[in-house]
Amino acid sequence: MTAGTGSRTATRRRRMTLLHLVMVPLAIVWLFPLWMMVVFSTMPDSGIFSPEIQLIPSTHFIENFRALEADTGFLRTLFNSVFVAVIYTVLSVMLTSMAGWALVRYRFRGRGVVLGVILATLTLPYFVVVIPQFIMVARDFGLSNTWIALIVPPLFNSLGVLFMRQSFSLMPQDLFDAAQVEGVSEWKIFTRVAMPMARPTIAALSIILFLASWNNYLWPLLVASDPSMMTAPVALGSLIGFTRVSWGGIMTGAVLLTVPMLVVFVALQRHFMSGITAGAVK
Amino acid sequence: MAGVSLSDVKKRFGAAEVIHGVDLTVEDGEFVVFVGPSGCGKSTLLRMIAGLEDISGGEVRIGERVVNDVEASDRGTAMVFQTYALYPHMTVAQNMSFGLRMTGNDKADTEARVSRAAEVLQIEPLMDRRPKALSGGQRQRVAIGRAIVRDPSVFLFDEPLSNLDAELRVQMRVEIARLHGELGTTMIYVTHDQTEAMTLADRIVVLRAGRVEQVGRPLELYHDPANQFVAGFIGSPRMNFLPGTVVSRGDGRVRLRLERGGEIELPLETLPREGAAVTLGIRPEHFVPAGQGDCDITLEVEVIEHLGATSFVYSGTRSGAQIIAQRPETPESAEASEHAGERLTVAIPAARAFLFDDSGARLR
Ligand SMILES: Nc1ncnc2c1ncn2[C@@H]1O[C@H](COP(=O)(O)OP(=O)(O)OP(=O)(O)O)[C@@H](O)[C@H]1O
Ligand SMILES: [Mg+2]
Repeated sequence: MTAGTGSRTATRRRRMTLLHLVMVPLAIVWLFPLWMMVVFSTMPDSGIFSPEIQLIPSTHFIENFRALEADTGFLRTLFNSVFVAVIYTVLSVMLTSMAGWALVRYRFRGRGVVLGVILATLTLPYFVVVIPQFIMVARDFGLSNTWIALIVPPLFNSLGVLFMRQSFSLMPQDLFDAAQVEGVSEWKIFTRVAMPMARPTIAALSIILFLASWNNYLWPLLVASDPSMMTAPVALGSLIGFTRVSWGGIMTGAVLLTVPMLVVFVALQRHFMSGITAGAVK
Repeated sequence: MAGVSLSDVKKRFGAAEVIHGVDLTVEDGEFVVFVGPSGCGKSTLLRMIAGLEDISGGEVRIGERVVNDVEASDRGTAMVFQTYALYPHMTVAQNMSFGLRMTGNDKADTEARVSRAAEVLQIEPLMDRRPKALSGGQRQRVAIGRAIVRDPSVFLFDEPLSNLDAELRVQMRVEIARLHGELGTTMIYVTHDQTEAMTLADRIVVLRAGRVEQVGRPLELYHDPANQFVAGFIGSPRMNFLPGTVVSRGDGRVRLRLERGGEIELPLETLPREGAAVTLGIRPEHFVPAGQGDCDITLEVEVIEHLGATSFVYSGTRSGAQIIAQRPETPESAEASEHAGERLTVAIPAARAFLFDDSGARLR
């Protein structure tokens, strides 16, 4: 090895060390609460409130879970959450993709206006929308405690539409023209050409949508108060009102809440790789 | 197989008209090339024939049928794009069969057609690859293959070779010519490339700003351009234009004085009036050695490009009145050749010169 590369390696190592010195504390600050959530979920309430701080998981997880299940029927609410999030994600991806596709592929009168309105709704705070939406869904349509109330109102997602529109408009339009000349129907151009090429975007959007539904607290709290329709975050939240708050149970529920998220993320991760359009043109 | 005919075809994008009434008949089996400067409407015209753009006015026929309101898919055309437009998530074989599969063509027939096309284009070893694992030339072959399997009555090419390097371009050009010979299908081909147009075309259509300037066989356009635009567009390097004034006329001849100095007499049927401003056109390759033509002009040599067989002498580039002269190159001339800053006298043979009036129309 020459002196030149030697010193370059040394410089790089020094830089990496410095980087780690900054990043590791940050990572700890970020991970510590998560770790403590796991630790607390395995401890009885007495342990959680003991003055000496425990950093190692204990053995009380099953007991905590039993208490949680007894208080809320947590498994049922977990199922509700998964069900709502999955259906919501699938439907919303379909809907937003089709809207995005229309905005890219069809020249129609008022296209710019439609796009502008969609863009404008992004600036509306959710809390401005939620009250009228609640009144409409719960009072006018009488849909409280139904799957429809949980899934349908948030379905149309402006961000998703813009996301998909962007993805489609970045694709070489010649591809769609080529398919059109070949006699492929519009629907098949959409499903067989455009959608497969949008896979990385769809994966990313799915995670965002799943997460949004999974973490949604306010809306399910408003429209699904019945225990059989309750979603998991709402069930967990309801525990805090009890006179005897089981913190171990809440932490156990919180741990369980992160699991499906992790599953979704890991499952979709490999689709993120971009470069799927490489080689389409040029 | 079918011919294509356009009558008074117009295209508007919103309020802007970009095609102003094009009339053209392409015979069955003919190879027609559209050329013209960027933005003149070549692609738009092609896309209107393919059915990718609505027709704002006039009539497009493929074969006997008026296709104005026929869907792209039902027109029996196949199009090859400049960008190849291969589906990145499909293999070569899937790319080629996609259209047939999606339209419910018989499976065995589809496979037979794909393998026949693969054989014709010699891409059999590539059938399982994705487009991104192909070279530019291979991608273009696949794109052409995808067009062939549809067995179209008209092939439409939009600058298919412009993304390839020079050598591949020559190779693919020959291949497209061979393909046309073998299939005998009507082909309409858009290009920027002089050589492609001259070598491939049965007839060339020169377009400018949404209008047809001239239609004709390649050599017809070269030897007998209808106007100054076509004269300047066909031929490479482009024709030299020397402004001048008519000083005398009569007896089937005009005499002009060139602005840069020198006088020349040309035979002409319809004579312009005396004093009229005209432009004399002479191609670089038509200059003759000094004294052997009808008017000697002296060039201030700025750059000489040696191409081996010939060389191009550039002058007047700085003053804006560029003149390019082509000179044969021999071992002796390489020794004795002119250098930048020197002067070179060449002569214009009247028989090879063209005359245009101040509107650019040809004077004959
Ligand atoms: N979708 C469109 N909307 C508005 N104007 C358009 C559209 N497509 C093309 N044009 C205009 O029509 C004219 C012709 O365009 P076209 O693409 O046919 O040119 P071209 O001859 O193919 O040029 P090039 O050689 O650069 O490919 C241009 O002035 C262009 O700006
Ligand atoms: Mg074009």
